[in-house]
Amino acid sequence: MNLLATASQTIGPFFHIGLEKLCVADLAKSAASGEKVSIDGRVLDGDGKPVNDALIEIWQADAQGKYAHPDDAQDKPLDTGLKGFGRVATGDNGEFRFVTIKPGRVPGPGGALQAPHLVVAVFMRGLLKHLVTRIYFAHDHANAEDPVLKLVPVERRHTLMAREPAGSQGALEWNIILRGQDETVFFDC
Amino acid sequence: MADIAGYRRALQGTQPEYLYPPYVSTQKRAPTRPLVLLPHTLSEVTGPVFGYDEVGADDADLTRQHAGAPLGERIIVGGRVLDENGRPVPQALIELWQCNAAGRYRHRNDNHDAPLDPNFGGCGRVLADREGRYRFVTIKPGAYPWRNHHNAWRPAHIHFSLFGRAFLTRLVTQMYFPGDPLLAFDPIFNSTADERARKRLIADFDWDSTAPEHALGYRFDIVLRGRDATPIER
Repeated sequence: MNLLATASQTIGPFFHIGLEKLCVADLAKSAASGEKVSIDGRVLDGDGKPVNDALIEIWQADAQGKYAHPDDAQDKPLDTGLKGFGRVATGDNGEFRFVTIKPGRVPGPGGALQAPHLVVAVFMRGLLKHLVTRIYFAHDHANAEDPVLKLVPVERRHTLMAREPAGSQGALEWNIILRGQDETVFFDC
Repeated sequence: MADIAGYRRALQGTQPEYLYPPYVSTQKRAPTRPLVLLPHTLSEVTGPVFGYDEVGADDADLTRQHAGAPLGERIIVGGRVLDENGRPVPQALIELWQCNAAGRYRHRNDNHDAPLDPNFGGCGRVLADREGRYRFVTIKPGAYPWRNHHNAWRPAHIHFSLFGRAFLTRLVTQMYFPGDPLLAFDPIFNSTADERARKRLIADFDWDSTAPEHALGYRFDIVLRGRDATPIER
């Protein structure tokens, strides 16, 4: 049987009333094991203006690289303290923050392990379908052999890296630039 | 580990493009660089799993969430959540939100000059059953103006947000009503090039679910992405 998938439509400017109940900014609350990380960022449009009506969702594995999902058949215990799903709306200056655990490595295409990463979906007024991107961790040695990063032009890979800004007290920074110079890499998936 | 079966990719024209100039906001927000084709890995074929904990008793009836009944035409909206292979998507979480019968959202940024209804919040949640069936009760939302172009009005619509089995099956869409004269003029509705795909966003009036002396029924089936038949090589 072949059915046509329902078309996507924009989330619009008023999604907060319907979606805020499942907002999760702190994924590590129930004492998941692993390295705790904060990721701070902003969403900016083609004019460099902050986007104050975006919704960002993340999905990730636990510190051992296991997903809380029945299709993850890896023979590893699951950290039940980490559900792996986060959702936040941006604030007045386009800002957002997640607190979570750095995920472990998970298998990728061809059996190669992927570097630690989070998958990200971005929704907003003006996006008729959501954008998909990833957050990697700058300076992680595994990035050099990540099969997905290898598909990204070298000069654009930095847009996928969360990094510690100078003077930061441990919080990582990762921004979403929708258009123009330093435009974030988005995936066709 | 066994091979991972990826998900089907959209047929040309059946999903909107990011840049659709008649919808003016896309001009500042659509990416300009080519998207990078992503293979489907364990990260994409998994996704958050939700259950009945996320759904409260009154979440599926938007007419019973306040002290009194909301103003407007009471309706029952239901249907099935299926995948592209025609299989039901059991326990799919649906979140929905809408404006009231006068065309006003209960949202601090909605300044349309239409009254709020103290008995209508406009949001709900429902978990599809094992056969992918869902049903909720609400009132028919009104049309409202927006500033996209001169005299722009959104057709009546209900926003739907769905999680299926995977990160790849995530869908946010809008349901429209049959016979709405505003559909022909709405750039958001018309952003999908394929006419058949566009019409799938319009619910069918449904005698079977219409409740006598109570509410009109509308049927809106939702199709999430389905697995590709060929497993990708790992």
